Amino acid sequence: MKQQIILSGLGGQGVLFVSKILGEAALARGLSVLMSETHGMAQRGGNVIAHVKVFEREREREAGGPDPVMDPAWHASPLIRPGHAHVLLALHEEGVKAHGHFLSPDGVLVCNRTPRTGPGDVDATGIARRLGNPVAANLVLLGFAAASGALFCSLDDLRRVLEALGGPRRDANLAALEAGSGAGDE
Amino acid sequence: MAERKILLGNEAMAYGLLEAGCTLAASYPGTPASEIVGTLAALKRSGSIAMHVEWSINEKVALETALANSYAGRRSAAAMKQVGLNVAADPFMSAAYTGVKGGLVVIVADDPGPHSSQTEQDTRQFAMLAKVPVLDPLGPAHARDLLHAAFELSEDYEVPVLFRPTTRVCHARQDMEIRPFRQEQPPPRFEKDPARWAATPKFRFLLHKQLNEKLDAVSRDGRLQPVQLNPAARVAQAAGVIVASGAVCAHASEVLKDLGLWEEIPLYYAPMPFPLSEDFLTGLLGQARRILVLEETQPVMEAQFRDRTKVLGRLSGHVPRQGELLPETVEGLVRVFAGLPEAASPQGAAAPGRRPTLCAGCGHRAAFFAIRKAFPRGIYPGDIGCYTLGLNLGAVDTVLCMGASISQAAGFYHAFRDSGQNSRPIVATIGDSTFYHAGIPALINAVIQGCRFVVVVLDNATTAMTGHQPTPAEGKTLDGRPVPKVSIEDLARACGVRHVSVGDPYDFQAFTDLLKAAGEHTRDPEHGGMAVVVARRPCLMDRKQPKPDRKPVPAINDKCQGCGFCITHFECPALVFHGKDEAVTVDDVLCSGCGVCVHVCPHDAIQIPSQAGKESNHS
Repeated sequence: MKQQIILSGLGGQGVLFVSKILGEAALARGLSVLMSETHGMAQRGGNVIAHVKVFEREREREAGGPDPVMDPAWHASPLIRPGHAHVLLALHEEGVKAHGHFLSPDGVLVCNRTPRTGPGDVDATGIARRLGNPVAANLVLLGFAAASGALFCSLDDLRRVLEALGGPRRDANLAALEAGSGAGDE
Repeated sequence: MAERKILLGNEAMAYGLLEAGCTLAASYPGTPASEIVGTLAALKRSGSIAMHVEWSINEKVALETALANSYAGRRSAAAMKQVGLNVAADPFMSAAYTGVKGGLVVIVADDPGPHSSQTEQDTRQFAMLAKVPVLDPLGPAHARDLLHAAFELSEDYEVPVLFRPTTRVCHARQDMEIRPFRQEQPPPRFEKDPARWAATPKFRFLLHKQLNEKLDAVSRDGRLQPVQLNPAARVAQAAGVIVASGAVCAHASEVLKDLGLWEEIPLYYAPMPFPLSEDFLTGLLGQARRILVLEETQPVMEAQFRDRTKVLGRLSGHVPRQGELLPETVEGLVRVFAGLPEAASPQGAAAPGRRPTLCAGCGHRAAFFAIRKAFPRGIYPGDIGCYTLGLNLGAVDTVLCMGASISQAAGFYHAFRDSGQNSRPIVATIGDSTFYHAGIPALINAVIQGCRFVVVVLDNATTAMTGHQPTPAEGKTLDGRPVPKVSIEDLARACGVRHVSVGDPYDFQAFTDLLKAAGEHTRDPEHGGMAVVVARRPCLMDRKQPKPDRKPVPAINDKCQGCGFCITHFECPALVFHGKDEAVTVDDVLCSGCGVCVHVCPHDAIQIPSQAGKESNHS
C-alpha cells in the first residue's frame, strides 16, 4: 500500500471533493485507488469521513485469463483500519477528536486550525476567507499538505487535476490551492 | 489503452447494467442504493442511452414494472435499499414462482452499521425466504463484472436473481477500465401462458416444485461456486479455513496479508452465498479442521452448514451478532482464529461526533418550529427523509418506516379518543416524496376511520436526502417528455380530506396561522375532520430550484443573553453558541438569509438589518 489517507470534516465542507481530487491525481500517476465515503443522513452537518487508499496498479488481467475474482486488485478493503492511516487531513479541528485514532503513530496530521498548535496546522478557513472564497478552505488545506510533502502526489499533480476539471470555479480553486501551498512559509 | 475511470460502486453497477444490455431499470431512491439508477438517469437525461430508466413511485411498483419487461423477454433491473425490498416483498416472493424470461436482477443494497437505515436486515435472508439465488460482490469493479453473471444466471434458469451489495461496495470508489455499452435491444415477445403468468393456487404448487428444482441446479452451477483466493494455502494442512462473502471478504483478504497469514489460512470467497452447493459444504466440512464464516449481517452461509460442530460464526457466538464487520473487527476475529495476540489498541477511541442537523435555511426547520408553536404538547409522528432530523427540534416523536407517520398518528388518535381524552393535538409530518410513496393509503384510511388530526406535508419539491431525485410533481419524464403533474393538494382532497391548505414556512406568521386553522378544523364538532397543510418551500440544496430571495444576514443585538433557546429549539447551524451569558453570533458563510430566526428569539435579540426602501421582516 503506497499511502492511506483519512479525510475528516463536517458535512458541507467538501470532504468528498478533496477525495475525488486525490483519486484523480493518483490515476494520473498510473496508480490505483480505492476510496470510501459518507452519504445520506450523515452528510447533513455531521462528521464526515473519507478513506483514500493509493497503491501500485496490479498487472492488468488478461482476457480469457483466470477467474476474475482472482484479480488481486479486488482483494483490498475500501476502509483504513484505526492506527493505519499515513496522513489525516482534518478540514475541521473536531475531525482530530472524531477520527484521530485512524492515524498511525508515525503518521502525519494536517489540520485546519487557528491558532496553530504545531507545524501541521494551518488557518485554511482564514486564508480562504481572505481570498473571498470561504468554502474553498478544503483546497487551501490540500495545497498546504501537498507543499509540505505529506502526500503521495505533488502540488503540480493537484494543479493539473483542477485544471482538467475546469468549470466556473476553476480559477478560484487554483487560487485556493496556491494560497495553501504558500501558507507554510508565513 | 482503454480509458480508465474512478467509479463509485453504484456507478460501476449502472455501467454493468448497460454493458449487459439491460433494457429497463426502475428504482425508488434510498441510501446506499440511490446512485445506481441516479447514474442511469443522468445518462438518460443527456440522451446517451436507450434503456427505459425511471424513478418509480415506490419499490413495489418498480419491481413489478421491471418484472413485466422481463416477461417480455428483455433484460431488466430494479434497484432499491434493503428496506425497499420490504415494500416490494409481495411481488418479489411471487416472481420467484412465476420466474422470468429476460434476465431480471433485483439489486438490493444492505447497510450494515447501519449508516443510513432503520434496520441491519440481511437481504440474503430474503433470498432464502423467496428461494432465489443471491450474489454478494467484493467491491465496485467486481460488482460491475458480477452483474453480467447475474443476468446469465437469471436467464439460464428463468429465475429472478438478487444482487446484494453493501454500503462499502456501493459507496466505495475504484479505478477501472471503461468498456462499451451493449446497444442492441431485443424486440419484446410476450407468449401467453396463463398457467405460469396468471397461475392459480393449483398451478402455484407446480411452480413451487419447479422453483425447488431450479434452485438445486443453481447451487451446483460451476460459474458461481466458492473459490479459494489464496491457493498456496493448503486446506488439509491449515489449522482453519475462512469462508467469506461481500466486502467482508475484501477486509479479510487484506488482514490475512498484513498478518502474514496469506499462505497459512485458506480464504474462500463465495460470490453466491445462497444457495451454497452441498458438494462445497460437505467437502469443506470433511477437509477443514475449523471453519470461520465472515459475512454481513446474518448467518446465511453459516446456517447452510448442516453440521456446525467445527463452524465458527454468528450462531456460535464467535462473530458479533449486530453491527458492521469493519476491517478492524475482522482483524480481531482473524487474530483469535489464528491464535495470534490481540492487536495493540489504537490510540484513543473516537470521540462522539456531531449529530447531523437540517441545513441552514432549510424550510423544514421553519415548519417544525411553527408546529411546536401552534401545537404545544402535541404528539408528533414523523417519517423517513431529511425531516426525520426534526427529532433534534423535539418535533418528531416516532419514526418507523415510509408512510407510517399518518397511520401511526391514526393509532395515537384512536388510543386517546377511545380513552375519552380528546385534548392532545396530534400532528403528523411527512415529506412530499414519502407522501407519494406510501402516505396516500394511510391518509385515505385515516379519513374513512373518522380520524381527526393534522398532516403536514413537508414539500421541498424533491427527494432531498437521497440526492434530489424528482417527485411526481415534476411534470416530465427523465428524457424530457411532458406528463401530468400530480399535485399533493389534489391528492389530499381526492383522499377525502376537506380541509387542505398550502403555505410557505418562511412566511412564518401566516404559516403558523394556517396550522392553527387546520387544528381548528380537527376540533370542529360538526364539519371537522382530517386536515392537510402543505408546507411548500423548495430545498436550498437542489440546484434545479430557483434561488430564493436572500435577506441580509441577521444581526444579534444587545438583548441576547446567551440563553441558548435558539440553539436548542431552532438548531440552525449558522447560529453559533459561545456559552451561557455570551451573545450568540451568526456564521455568515453558512447563513442562507432565510430570516426565519428573527421569529425564534424570545428576547427579540435577532434582527434583520433593514434594507433601504424595503420592509425587512414581512411577518
